[in-house]
Amino acid sequence: MTALRLTVDGAERHLDVDTRTTLLDALRERLEVTSPKKGCDHGQCGSCTVLLDGRRSLSCLTLAVAQDGAEVVTAAGLGSPDALHPVQQAFLDHDGYQCGYCTPGQVCSAVGMLAEAAQGHPSHATDDLEADPELTDAEVRERMSGNLCRCGAYAGILAAVQQAAGAARAEERA
Amino acid sequence: MRELAYVRATSPDEAVAAVAGDPQARFLGGGTNLVDHLKLGIATPGTLVDVSRLALAEVEGTADGLRVGAGVRNSDLAAHPVVRRDFPVLARSLLAGASGQIRNQATTAGNLLQRTRCVYFQDASTPCNKREPGSGCSAVGGHDRYNAVLGASEACVTVHPSDLAVGLAVLDAEVVVLGPDGERRLPYDELHRLPGHHPEHDTTLAHGELVTAVELRRSPVARRSTYEKVRERASYAFALVSVAAGLELADDGTVSDVRVAWGGVAHKPWRARVVEDALRGEPLEEERVRDVVAEELRDATTTTGTAGKPAMLAGVTARALTRLAAPGPQVEEAGR
Repeated sequence: MTALRLTVDGAERHLDVDTRTTLLDALRERLEVTSPKKGCDHGQCGSCTVLLDGRRSLSCLTLAVAQDGAEVVTAAGLGSPDALHPVQQAFLDHDGYQCGYCTPGQVCSAVGMLAEAAQGHPSHATDDLEADPELTDAEVRERMSGNLCRCGAYAGILAAVQQAAGAARAEERA
Repeated sequence: MRELAYVRATSPDEAVAAVAGDPQARFLGGGTNLVDHLKLGIATPGTLVDVSRLALAEVEGTADGLRVGAGVRNSDLAAHPVVRRDFPVLARSLLAGASGQIRNQATTAGNLLQRTRCVYFQDASTPCNKREPGSGCSAVGGHDRYNAVLGASEACVTVHPSDLAVGLAVLDAEVVVLGPDGERRLPYDELHRLPGHHPEHDTTLAHGELVTAVELRRSPVARRSTYEKVRERASYAFALVSVAAGLELADDGTVSDVRVAWGGVAHKPWRARVVEDALRGEPLEEERVRDVVAEELRDATTTTGTAGKPAMLAGVTARALTRLAAPGPQVEEAGR
């Protein structure tokens, strides 16, 4: 067992873990933080996505011991029922889910993706690698391709992410 | 999953000593491939030596190019302004691979050293010479859609899964490797190997050798380069085939230099030297590209699942090169 310190959704947490424990299992099974979901557990579905030191990451593909000292933000830590994060509100506004199982991962992924785009990161869908990317629908689809939705709520997810992207741009201009 | 010791290395030398001295030890970088293998039971190390916090995560300018630290994350490398301007094939190949989340976690060296996605390699209940030498190859006569068409052996018919590895193959890259006896450099083309009788070895690295950096030289073909990928869905899938290409045109419009490498074709990125040699000094014409691709593929072996690969390679190689040759923003940038 290895002693570990994590900041999870703003709270400092201490735990002892077996070295083989993934960050996802440490969060869900040891810390009872059940917002990130276990879908495939092989890095193919994105439902375990969290913000790890500020960047969207798959918590199923990293060992908890390797993240000692890290700051983890899950979808549950982004906002509260009374004060939803703009991305959470956008998913509600546009029905960006059906069963909801992939939603916490979708929300974290969208938040991380919007930050990447704001920093000028290109994607596979970007024509001009040297220009600041514009978040067209094709760009959003490509950048969110690591999050699968078995209910097929992609049309709502796309609309939600576009609403949140628009809100983020308006805030930038203000 | 067997019991696992975890060590966080504080220097590259310490990491190399820890792994070189223990046949059961492995380096741990971003973990996106290795952690999955631990779960699948197809990697069973006794000790993981974590190199992810070593000071190997910088992209630095050199006199004639870039030095990319082994620990630079794929997303950071693809977003680097000099990579986007001077080595577009590098950015394009990185962005064609995996997902936004995985690119945030995966490292340069880890990407190059990732293992095959052959379904039999990843299924511990089936024979696989790469996973268990001498056990046989289930992919011969099995699920064959992702199999090699060039350079395969009776022992192994799989391909290298990395997009970045193919992109680097058209650049003048060198791999910097730290071993127990110090540092050595090898030309990028000598990093990966064809399977032969030893498919268990993906690369020419010895146990305990640590890739610390990849160095790139600027060149006109690097500046005018691109990457195209054919896959079964629009995003987040491994290549059926892929093409990395770089082009330099003379003032009269003929090809003064050209580089072509293919992914999804062989156990290592396949540098299409027959294609390159044939096109140099000629005007670039689509039909001619298709013809010389066919020459490169003269010894190709296809099966039902891979029967479409030669046509895909001809089409996508011709498209990549003709797009690079077309006047447009890329040309203006290349001349700037």
